[in-house]
Amino acid sequence: MKISYRNAVHDAIRGALHDDSRVLLMGEDVGRYGGTYAVTKGLLAEFGPDRVRDTPLSELGFVGAAIGAALGGLRPIVEIMTVNFSLLALDQIVNTAAALRHMSGGQFSVPVVIRIATGAGRQLAAQHSHSLEPWYAHIPGIKVVAPATVEDAYGMLGTALADPDPVVIFEHVALYNSSAELDSLAPTDIARAVVRRAGSDATIITYGGCLPKALDAAEQLSAAGVDCEVVDLRVLRPLDLDTIIGSIHKTHRVVVVDEAWRSGSLAAEVSARIVEEAFFDLDAPVVRVCSAEVPIPYSRHLEQAALPQSAQVVAAVRNLFGERS
Amino acid sequence: MTEFRMPTLGSDMDEGTLNEWLVKPGDAVTRGQVVAVVETAKAAVEVECWQDGTVGELLVRVGETVQVGTPLATLLEPGETAAAQPLTPDRRTASPEPPSAAAPELRLHPARDRRRRWVSPAARRLAESTGVDIEAIRGSGPQGAVTISDVQHAAPTETREPAVGDRAEQLRRAIGAAMSRSKREIPHYYLADEVVLENALAWLSRRNAQRPITERLLPTVLQLKAVALAARRFGEFNGFWRDGSFQAETAVHIGVAIALRGGGLVAPALHDVGDKSLDDLMGELTDLVARARAGSLRSSEMSDPTITVTNLGDRGVGMVFGVIYPPQVALVGFGRPAPRVCAVDGGIRIATTVQATLAADHRASDGHRGALFLAAINELLQQPDLLEG
Repeated sequence: MKISYRNAVHDAIRGALHDDSRVLLMGEDVGRYGGTYAVTKGLLAEFGPDRVRDTPLSELGFVGAAIGAALGGLRPIVEIMTVNFSLLALDQIVNTAAALRHMSGGQFSVPVVIRIATGAGRQLAAQHSHSLEPWYAHIPGIKVVAPATVEDAYGMLGTALADPDPVVIFEHVALYNSSAELDSLAPTDIARAVVRRAGSDATIITYGGCLPKALDAAEQLSAAGVDCEVVDLRVLRPLDLDTIIGSIHKTHRVVVVDEAWRSGSLAAEVSARIVEEAFFDLDAPVVRVCSAEVPIPYSRHLEQAALPQSAQVVAAVRNLFGERS
Repeated sequence: MTEFRMPTLGSDMDEGTLNEWLVKPGDAVTRGQVVAVVETAKAAVEVECWQDGTVGELLVRVGETVQVGTPLATLLEPGETAAAQPLTPDRRTASPEPPSAAAPELRLHPARDRRRRWVSPAARRLAESTGVDIEAIRGSGPQGAVTISDVQHAAPTETREPAVGDRAEQLRRAIGAAMSRSKREIPHYYLADEVVLENALAWLSRRNAQRPITERLLPTVLQLKAVALAARRFGEFNGFWRDGSFQAETAVHIGVAIALRGGGLVAPALHDVGDKSLDDLMGELTDLVARARAGSLRSSEMSDPTITVTNLGDRGVGMVFGVIYPPQVALVGFGRPAPRVCAVDGGIRIATTVQATLAADHRASDGHRGALFLAAINELLQQPDLLEG
């Protein structure tokens, strides 16, 4: 059956609410409006206002409340409308959720799941379009995941809820309308990167909203005789280095694609790890394809020009081959 | 700001190893000043600077081997300050990212002259494990780097480069390369002329009789001066064949072939031979031979010769047919001076004679002119007073 990313997230939340009475959903417009991205449509009617709660426009307040609920034994799922707004809740996430297990000597854990919409491509301008997940990936004490496929959109949520510590899930806004033909949906891990396409000539490492672009680039390159492996990081913290390094052992060339800005990005971290761990396997410099270092523009052509595109990935991979490109 | 580059110290030189810096950043240097010592296949050579200025930055470290033409240091011209420009030409100033994301993201620095050979880490490891000589491989990868593919397509080398210390072997190879090129590219023609030395030797013994041994002249000096004066009149023998045409030189710098004790030879320049007194030439020749054998020649001495003179007389041969040292176009040889039967002034006499020979590049001159050139040398050697000035 054909399942959309949006429906996969919906079904995962619905299943969790159904299976575990400790689970509740909270966030701006998740109830009566059905979610800004229509992910939570119908859940208020099905599970009632105690378990599907519309919150005031105060990320600091409702994320803090969810952390308190988690400390008190519930399993809250918090939706934050966009990663830009999540900055208001950073104090709760970084100073409280991520720190409490460590500061309490292991006495408290915070089993909260925070879903954050991220990324650009829908003409929502600079205050709703950024990719700040690398900031979260900097923080010890939380897990950061980025489901890029329909399977993971469904499968990661349940696994995240089962985790005793805070998990932040980044859902790229451009992916909600994507879909896949699947027989069934099942839980997936939140520990490993996955090779989405096997190849032998070069590795394209990416995550989230850039995965379809990377796969598209790999298809184009394949037609030109360059066989690319595409690695979907899936988990931004902690990084699954084994999969990354394993691929580079095979291909010796790597392009890292990240919708975040290059400076201080996850792409920067991945590049540094590769140079640390696989320097002697490299046959070409590590290359990154990232967003232009500007606040994401509103105008469609400027927005598209600012974002990594598959044509740039193709060009970057070809450049890795020097005269053979 | 200019760059001071690794000079070519002979047509057989592709690269040199920097042995020693004799200046440091901030030092004022003058044209002709010896600023560094460079190790070539032939010798350790003192390298001179070609202009006045102040040393900006030393770009090559001691011990580094670089290609001819590689910038060794930056030089600030008089009045120029270091702050006026970045010290390193390739060091880019920070600039905002271009707004267009359409350009390929691979922002590689432009290829630079000054760099060690680029070899990808994986290619270097592979080359080491398979015994491939990485220096012998042309890089085809990004920025011209040697890649795994380049190493895989290169055959493992049987013999390694000789160790740096193996000067004799390197010298042999260098001579081999230069002489092979000469015989491959230069259409030599050869002429010989017998020069009666009676006048010259008589003149020399009179002159030397009045002097202490250390100030006495050797016949070689007369020969060198005679060749220089003749070469001035016959310009097509003095200069270089480059890029398909002959470039005449006004100055006559004679490359003097000097046999080295460990085998092999070098032919460093005596500068402006035509303008110098015989005494000066004798002093300079003595110094040049000593320094050639000590391995401390200067860069200009290696690259400047416009014509070569070889004298194998003291080795006992009657005549020498030389091989031209490219890109020069002529070589004058002298054999052993010896008493020989000859016709002088209509009578048969025993006279001391020497066979002067010319090996010349037929692209630059013809035998007719070559004969006149040799005759002019002969004539000059008959009138030693003309050589004194």
